[in-house]
Amino acid sequence: MLVAGVDVGSTQTKAVILNENSEIIARGILNTGANVVKAAEKAFQAARSQAKVDEWEITSVAGTGYGRYKVHFGDIQITEISCHARGANFIFPGTRTILDIGGQDTKGIRVNEKGEVVDFCMNDKCAAGTGRFLGAAADVMSIPLDDLGEVALRSNNPLRITNVCTVFVETEIMNHLSRGKKGEDILAGVHQSIAGRSVSLIRRVGVVPEVTFTGGVSKNIGMVKALEEKLGCAINVSDDSQYMGALGAAIIALERAKARHDGQEAEGTKTPRMPKMPKMPGMPGMPGMPGIPGINEEPQ
Amino acid sequence: MDTHQSDEQKFRYQGLGRDLQKNLLTAWYDRIEGAADAGRKVAYLFVPGNIAEFLRVFDFELVFPEVNALQCGVRKTSGDLILKAEDVGYSPDVCGYVKNDIGMMLAGNVGPSGHKLPKPDLLLCAYCGCTTFIKWFEALSHFYDVPLVMLDVPYMRSGKIEETDRKYIVSQLKELIPICEKITGKKFDHDKLTEIIKHSTEAEELWVDILHSAKHRPSPFDSYFEAVFFMAPIYVLRGLPECTGYYREAMKEITERIEHGVGPIPEEKVRVVIEGPPPWPHFRAFWEMLKKWGVCAVASSYSKVGGFWDHGFRHDPSRPLESIAEYCLTCYTNLSLPMRTELLRSYAEEYSADAILIHSVKSCRSFSVGQADMRDQFTRIWDIPTLLIESDLADPRYFQAAQLRNRIDAFFESLEHKRLVRA
Repeated sequence: MLVAGVDVGSTQTKAVILNENSEIIARGILNTGANVVKAAEKAFQAARSQAKVDEWEITSVAGTGYGRYKVHFGDIQITEISCHARGANFIFPGTRTILDIGGQDTKGIRVNEKGEVVDFCMNDKCAAGTGRFLGAAADVMSIPLDDLGEVALRSNNPLRITNVCTVFVETEIMNHLSRGKKGEDILAGVHQSIAGRSVSLIRRVGVVPEVTFTGGVSKNIGMVKALEEKLGCAINVSDDSQYMGALGAAIIALERAKARHDGQEAEGTKTPRMPKMPKMPGMPGMPGMPGIPGINEEPQ
Repeated sequence: MDTHQSDEQKFRYQGLGRDLQKNLLTAWYDRIEGAADAGRKVAYLFVPGNIAEFLRVFDFELVFPEVNALQCGVRKTSGDLILKAEDVGYSPDVCGYVKNDIGMMLAGNVGPSGHKLPKPDLLLCAYCGCTTFIKWFEALSHFYDVPLVMLDVPYMRSGKIEETDRKYIVSQLKELIPICEKITGKKFDHDKLTEIIKHSTEAEELWVDILHSAKHRPSPFDSYFEAVFFMAPIYVLRGLPECTGYYREAMKEITERIEHGVGPIPEEKVRVVIEGPPPWPHFRAFWEMLKKWGVCAVASSYSKVGGFWDHGFRHDPSRPLESIAEYCLTCYTNLSLPMRTELLRSYAEEYSADAILIHSVKSCRSFSVGQADMRDQFTRIWDIPTLLIESDLADPRYFQAAQLRNRIDAFFESLEHKRLVRA
């Protein structure tokens, strides 16, 4: 049995294919871009190419991330909060607190021993302290995003970045550059600024060890070190940390597919994957309940 | 129950509560619009701590700027009006209701339903835990050049009604009598006040019965998304016989739902207590986000902003001024933070709620201050799953549908998962 998880994030779309022993057999990643549906299809396609399997061989697909409802070939949709929790718990079973820093979101998630979400907190209305903050710094300093962490670690004298705005931080960095400050000191300051915001976010849900760091920004070694320093403890980072949402989605898909499969075996009706059921007509509401005057907005 | 009955036979009163409310509010706006021509005086006042009974003795027509603002929000005109107020210098951080009201005034003071609103003869500001109220009416007093009277309602700092506070408010009400007499040319009539208060008390009893009905499972009534319609008459028409009549009729709708075991959503899966005002410009979208998970609000704090009756308080015709003072003191926004927190906890217990949902309002300090601490108290001390989300009550720019849906889905997804695992 094969299952897949597709995580359509604001910046990147990730796909993971698992076999029935919960082993990752393929991965796919690409920039989300403007066409969310296409991004989901392409990431899934990339993972299938790597695994050399056709779509019909995949028993179940779970969509997650902001674009989860655009994964039209998926059976289930789950938020990335639940998926990161399951993924982190799967790789590091001792995980009780998760920090996920993605392109535009930072999340603190507290989980129980089963990887179930106990509490979570997210950044609101502002991308400061997210991957985008690093992206802005990389742009203005003309340093590739992947090298930022290494450069920052060279600093002996981190500068204090006071700005909390992703847009205005560029001005602050330019100001430091024009005054002849060293690039590594500026970047170390940027990393510490993000680490500070992130740690205060996860403190809202309560920091209980072990702490696992997920999302694209966890690839950044400078950020890992800055967080460990602020938290005063080591943090778990997996090589697959940016696939954690897709992995969690795939694990949930696998569990549900197995449960379905077991149920069918018990009934002696072993059937292949059912085609997607058409939507049931909406349950009738209360008879005679009028619409609310003046409100015509349809849910998005 | 006779299963052969058609839905039409079974459900005779459904929709009554909202239809009648709409008719009553339209008639009320008609009356306000005609007030000046008919020579009636107009008082502007706020919903929390509204001393409607007292002002009705002098036959004031009552205008509630917050009600106008929320109606503009629902009708999606608040965004443009808020920009008008920002054009003249109001900051983006100022309360959305205030900017809506100022914008509406600058645009010719045509109300949300198209009625031309009259100029006030009296601005009566009962300060019930909202500092913005003071600045709001100071601005209106400047724009309209009319007298502003402050009714200073002390904050419930000790967690109970202090005798000194009650006396303090009663003394202010007595000082208000000659001011109202001068404006209206009508004498204060104690017996008339007693009669008005009798109507209030009767309506309060009926309203509390509706609120308490949500203890049924499934709840016949959504104490947030439906309560906001059902509560309007007791806020703006309290003391009038039509208000009491409204609740008598509305109760029929609720009773019928209880009889047939139905509620506002097809299948009630999660019972929640909601804290904070609704995001009016996206009211329906917000409700849909929750309906999807089978969420029914069984209690809410917002339905208590204009009066907190469900734990026993009633206006008392035998102690009219004293009970008006107590009414002002006990409005939700005037409660201390520990009182508010404990009230929500008690609702969760009394109404068998599974979770608490806090809708924090970006531009409303009186509601938002302390909500993060409430959340900590609920989740860490009392182990009640709590979700805190943020948008605004009037400013559509603060409603980020994708972000809100993500948080709501994640929260109810994990609640559902836990329930499935337990089952």
